Amino acid sequence: MSRSQCMLRFTVNGQDRAVRVFPMKRLLDVLREDLRLTGTKEGCGEGECGSCSIRMNGALVNSCLVPVLQAEGADIQTVEGLATSGSLHPLQQAFLQCGGAQCGICTPGMLMAATQLLSINPHPTMAEIREGLAGNLCRCTGFIRIFDSVIAAAARNQSSDQAVHAR
Amino acid sequence: MSTNAKTRIVGAPVLRKEGVDKLLGRARYVDDIDREGMWPGATVRSTIPRGFIRSIGFDRRIDWSEFTIVSAADIPGKNHVQLIFADQPCLADGIVNHCDEAILLLAHPDKHKLREAVDAVHIEYEPLPPIFTIEESERQELVVWGSDNVVKSFLLEKGDVDSVWADAAHIVEGEYRTGAQEHLYIENNGVIADWNEAAGITVWGSLQCPYYVHRSLLAVFDLPEDKVRVIQTETGGAFGGKEDYPSTLAAHAALLAMKSCHPIKMVYDRMEDLAATTKRHPSRIRHRTALDKDGKLLAMDIDIATDAGAYSTLSSTVLSRATLHSPGPYVCPNVRIRSRAWATNTVPYGAFRGFGAPQAIFAIERHMDEIASEIDIDPIELRRRNFLHDGDTTATEQVMRDPVILDQLLDRALRESDYHAKRARFATENPTSAVKRGMGVAAFYHGSGFTGSGERYLNSLAGVDVTPVGKLRVLVANTEFGQGTNTILTQIAAEAIGIGYDDVIMAPADTGIVPNSGPTVASRTSMVVGRLIERACSQLIAMLREHAGLGEHFTSEEFFEASERYRAAHGEVVSLCRYEAPPNVFWDDQKYRGEAYPAYAWSIQIAQVAVDTVTYSAEVEDFWAVQEVGRVLNPVLAGGQIEGGVAQGIGYALYEKVVLQSGHMANNQMTNYIMPTAEDVPLIHVFFEEIPFQHGAFGAKGIGELPHDGPAPAILNAIKDATGVSFRSIPLLPEDLFEKLVAREIVEEAATI
Repeated sequence: MSRSQCMLRFTVNGQDRAVRVFPMKRLLDVLREDLRLTGTKEGCGEGECGSCSIRMNGALVNSCLVPVLQAEGADIQTVEGLATSGSLHPLQQAFLQCGGAQCGICTPGMLMAATQLLSINPHPTMAEIREGLAGNLCRCTGFIRIFDSVIAAAARNQSSDQAVHAR
Repeated sequence: MSTNAKTRIVGAPVLRKEGVDKLLGRARYVDDIDREGMWPGATVRSTIPRGFIRSIGFDRRIDWSEFTIVSAADIPGKNHVQLIFADQPCLADGIVNHCDEAILLLAHPDKHKLREAVDAVHIEYEPLPPIFTIEESERQELVVWGSDNVVKSFLLEKGDVDSVWADAAHIVEGEYRTGAQEHLYIENNGVIADWNEAAGITVWGSLQCPYYVHRSLLAVFDLPEDKVRVIQTETGGAFGGKEDYPSTLAAHAALLAMKSCHPIKMVYDRMEDLAATTKRHPSRIRHRTALDKDGKLLAMDIDIATDAGAYSTLSSTVLSRATLHSPGPYVCPNVRIRSRAWATNTVPYGAFRGFGAPQAIFAIERHMDEIASEIDIDPIELRRRNFLHDGDTTATEQVMRDPVILDQLLDRALRESDYHAKRARFATENPTSAVKRGMGVAAFYHGSGFTGSGERYLNSLAGVDVTPVGKLRVLVANTEFGQGTNTILTQIAAEAIGIGYDDVIMAPADTGIVPNSGPTVASRTSMVVGRLIERACSQLIAMLREHAGLGEHFTSEEFFEASERYRAAHGEVVSLCRYEAPPNVFWDDQKYRGEAYPAYAWSIQIAQVAVDTVTYSAEVEDFWAVQEVGRVLNPVLAGGQIEGGVAQGIGYALYEKVVLQSGHMANNQMTNYIMPTAEDVPLIHVFFEEIPFQHGAFGAKGIGELPHDGPAPAILNAIKDATGVSFRSIPLLPEDLFEKLVAREIVEEAATI
């Protein structure tokens, strides 16, 4: 592990950020400690639970497994980047209404996984939802209401698609 | 208020009170909190299961002057974690009784140096022989706890069991085993502690019971009550796993804070949390049951043994609940239950959702299916013939005064699951299919609230006040950790006063602010604490009517105006209520007789399971949970409780295995301790029948633990239905299925040659 710090630049939730850090520091720790974006959580530190899921260059990654060096120049989205101008993202709204969040510790990662899923597959089947969320563990809900939340958010996609077609 | 009255907010799917903060990622869990000058703390743990500590050496390559080091000698008060008995040291002093027992605490501003330092402490031991199983403990050749290894025992007797055996038409015996289970809350245990001479100790932490931690710290530090303050931070799951352990962790962090004069953060990583904190008690339960020729129960002789681990923690009360749930929801004139919790040299077992009931219900509900096949009766019919009904008495001779609707719940579950048609179809399909399908049932109750006299001893105090900014504030020490405390108590208060959901806020769970309304455990929050809030609200309305001119009917605005008039004339607007036991409740702690619980929640669960005879994996394909939990206060939250509990129960049955090596959890990672994922859970169909309970808040009974009680027996009963083979032990992993199913195939092949 390198003993000297280096300056790295990347975009987080649309904002350019620069940090002076050890290059092998976990991206998770850089987000939480250096940038104080504590919405991203640590559950296991070994890429099993998905609590630290973020989107990086359009891919869903476990930020506990990413040395920050790899994020140089990347476009990163965390849970803090979902809501826009004070209104909840459709997935956040659906999680709230359907009971998709209980203790809330897996929720940020779960939301990022669900965002990723709907971004590549706006109308997933139940099997695709299960597969898309399989890397994110929730111990409270039994997942059922998380599935409901994703279905509800996808239905909003559907109605906005239809609105587009109607125009 | 009448429990049948029409309500506006209670019963409605109002949104989770703290939901928006959690969804935006701005809810503050303990590890999200930073304090000026804070140091991380770490723990040096035992590497042997039992022995004397002969020396503690410090590697010379480390500059130890930079570190704060705490040992048992630094404890100003009593070196024990105050729970029920005072046998567990806060830090080991001269002897260790299990692997991963805390011996030394370290703090340093740099977390990397701290980690290196933990490995640079060298402890020499003089090992003592350990014991690891219930059977070794029972033999008492080695005594590792007290005078006989028995942490607690109960004997419960009804009628005369021994008079029945001679003339019984059937006698069926069985032995059932359950393994340890890890809570696997996604947020590990963690606290922050601060200390200064003037204020004393302040602890912020991920915890269930602020006043348990408070009481424990008073003893460790020998401080008066007002010099210890405990504040719950947002808590990322608990399930019982943050009931007792935070008392230990808080003491550790506070010891380091006192010695270093820095705030200390101790947040375990997953490996440390899994290795060092409590789990569900393993059990071995034996049934001997007599029945008449019609399949009616005549006698139940039940022997329960649990593995308590190295210290008593909550093992006595877990054993009590196991004892009281072991006969199942059945009428039997003659019952004898002997139960014992045995000490071993493993990490102490503790509270976990269900609290002894899942073990006991696994045994009786598997046993009912064993009886059914032995005496050749349908397992559904056997249960029906023996169900408790209104007016019947339980094993403790508690009369069921409230309606018991097990038949109705069973009918609904059979109908919703299409049980009979599916069983018939599977019976036709299975012989020619590599995938064998089956249906399994479990019937059970879960007692709401503390056992016996427990709630009287707790003597909880809770209430509401009105803040100067015009909000009604709920004052309880009961905590939110996902199950919905904030939302439910807000609903109750808003409904009881007659104001809006948004007019009510929760006071922080801070012992400096809220009264001791008891722990957040035992499915008691809605029923018991909710009832206190309901009463405190009625009392507040009466007070404002008498002293502040509040009218018979009023708007939210008028309520808060009256509150301000009261404040101007009399000061603080506050209303507190203390627990009152429901009338005619009697409990004899010595004989274990009487009203074991003020109310029971009832459930029927049905599992549809597929066993693949090529891969030997068992998959729960579909699941039905029908229950009566009194009034449902919030259908979204209630449904979430049932589904989450069922998923944990599925994990308990088929996935989750704690592998111990010399009493140390060898698979202490999420990589190899496996819980059900989004791809493993079936659809879970949840149905409620509602019978309001007169003494619960707006008719509520307990709900949180109930759903975890049934999945394991329902699933193993379904596997028996699918394969014809009985499994009597959980967790049941593919290798266990393989062993027995292959053995049977060999026998069958031999028979056909």
